[in-house]
Amino acid sequence: MKQDKRNHAGAPDDPKMKKEIAKAYENYSSQFTPKPRYFMNAARAFMSGGSICAASLWLEECFIGWGFSDKTAAVCVVMILIMAAQLLTGLGLFDSIAKFAGAGVVVPITGFANSMVAPAIEYKKEGIVLGVGAKLFSLAGPVLVCGITSSMVIGIVYWIMGLF
Amino acid sequence: MMTYLYAFLIGGGICVIGQILMDATKLTAPRVLVILVTAGALLQAFHLYEPLVNLAQTGARVPLPGFGYSLAKGAMEGAKENLLEAVTGGIKAAAGGITVAIGWGYLIALVFNPKSVR
Repeated sequence: MKQDKRNHAGAPDDPKMKKEIAKAYENYSSQFTPKPRYFMNAARAFMSGGSICAASLWLEECFIGWGFSDKTAAVCVVMILIMAAQLLTGLGLFDSIAKFAGAGVVVPITGFANSMVAPAIEYKKEGIVLGVGAKLFSLAGPVLVCGITSSMVIGIVYWIMGLF
Repeated sequence: MMTYLYAFLIGGGICVIGQILMDATKLTAPRVLVILVTAGALLQAFHLYEPLVNLAQTGARVPLPGFGYSLAKGAMEGAKENLLEAVTGGIKAAAGGITVAIGWGYLIALVFNPKSVR
């Protein structure tokens, strides 16, 4: 904490200069940041993401085979994926998988589940209410807010359209 | 059997879109997730996501646009009833996933301690 304050004491007050320094640093640091390997990353994401989707289709058909309705089976599959991803996050294995698969595990619902648990575990020291409870939504919150807001707007718009 | 192929292709394709968004632009992962969810909801609002779901099933429902899709679909179905259903329909449709994600996630976060990346 003390170190942070010392760093800020040396920074220029002029906002224009601050911006210039930030820009110069960005150019400087871009020399060292490795270029992402688009094709390899995309291929990995495609393979792992596709496998997760195909596996969940298999799971869904198992559930339907066991006598569940289509709707229940779909909900069960989503629940199982979320629970598995969060368990892997708790065990510390999800990050290793995500390092290889990239968006392949982040874009499916597993990534959403991971984004809830990961910060919550990190901030455990701050207590189980303001630490775990609040940080559960630090990354997932925006997703829920945007998704639910758009669903509300869509619902109201469709309701108004239904009136005429 | 064809459904498996489509689930693999469409699901993988959506993940590739997410990967390219993360690599080519400076968007961080949460922003990409927000974009994908909102995109799924908006596409469904114009009835464009439903055909993808019919074709690929879990391939379109498991990736995050599918979450937006189920939110929007619930709201659209509720809108046929009354205004209250239109407002609550979205969360109702996605309630299972959201509830499990919060409840189970909280338990997991309480049980496990932070670990360094291996």
